[in-house]
Amino acid sequence: MIYLQLFWAYLNIGIFGFGGGYAMLSMIQFEIVEHYQWISAEEFADIVALSQMTPGPISINMATFTGYTVGGFWGSLIATASLVLPSLLMLYFVLKMLFKHKDNYIVKSTLSLMKPVIAGLIFVAALLMMNAGNFTDFGLHQNNISVIICALTFVGVFWAKINPILLIIASGIVGYLVY
Amino acid sequence: MRTVFQLFITFFNIGAFTLGGGYAMLDMVERAVVTKRHWIEKDEFWDMITIVQMLPGVFAVNTALYTGYKIKGLRGAIAACLGAIIPSIVIILLIAVFFLDYKDNPVIERIFRGIRPCVVALILSPAIKMFINAKVNWKTAIFPIATVVLVYFFKVSPVYIILATIIGSVAFAFYSQNRLNKSKS
Repeated sequence: MIYLQLFWAYLNIGIFGFGGGYAMLSMIQFEIVEHYQWISAEEFADIVALSQMTPGPISINMATFTGYTVGGFWGSLIATASLVLPSLLMLYFVLKMLFKHKDNYIVKSTLSLMKPVIAGLIFVAALLMMNAGNFTDFGLHQNNISVIICALTFVGVFWAKINPILLIIASGIVGYLVY
Repeated sequence: MRTVFQLFITFFNIGAFTLGGGYAMLDMVERAVVTKRHWIEKDEFWDMITIVQMLPGVFAVNTALYTGYKIKGLRGAIAACLGAIIPSIVIILLIAVFFLDYKDNPVIERIFRGIRPCVVALILSPAIKMFINAKVNWKTAIFPIATVVLVYFFKVSPVYIILATIIGSVAFAFYSQNRLNKSKS
């Protein structure tokens, strides 16, 4: 049963996963954490960090990792294969259709309308992760180090364009030192 | 058969050594299949990438599939795709096995308490970038706002939201194109 659910969840993400790695990450977050509630928001954050630090596409890493956490070795293979399968099946269709109609008005306007929606999806994923599990010391009479880490990381990645891996390592060191 | 195997090895190397996925690997793919092996022309490669960028699914996987297909048909596509994902699967499985055993270790727990709020910011950043890139104005702001409300408060799956967006915008595009044609004639 769990294999079937993994297959279905990742098949859908493979079919509708427009907009790159983070857009798919928001879909994975919704299916695995919110919908099926297989893992907590904290575990999800851990998996994102580890997937970011290891080579390869982040959504493949996420599928393998969450699949393993939920359904062991076979779970990881089913999740990853289901994510890739739609791409393989779409190959012929895309070669026949899209390569001829790439300048088509409908194709272009659909893709441009998709962008603000995807922005919203990624934003929700971040919003859903802002909970007590990920911000353990958040509160009026606490030192709020987690909030400071989050704010500094945002400045670092958004404005200073620092490599995310360095920011993850730095945050890990801070966590080790203060907690 | 030799080219198929070479495709596998080429993408295996790229998959094993590119951090940051997607766009970081494009440069390596171009160097391997255009500059080094002369399998396809440079223009042909970038034309293909323009289309691959529009497709749903994992960008690195799609790049491997279409490059492989162009060079050696379906077998090439599958070889390149497997090459691109096998290193990730193996590395992540090793980490997952290790991590699930050690995640309750007090040192690991402290490190990850620091990492978790960092990850939230790492996801927030591309969301804001996407808002800017999509040139969201007062009129189009309804789309991301509706998305946030539907997913956050009503727990509507992102899958349905994407599906509705596709159906809605295709219908709208047909409608406005029809109107345009009518006003011309």
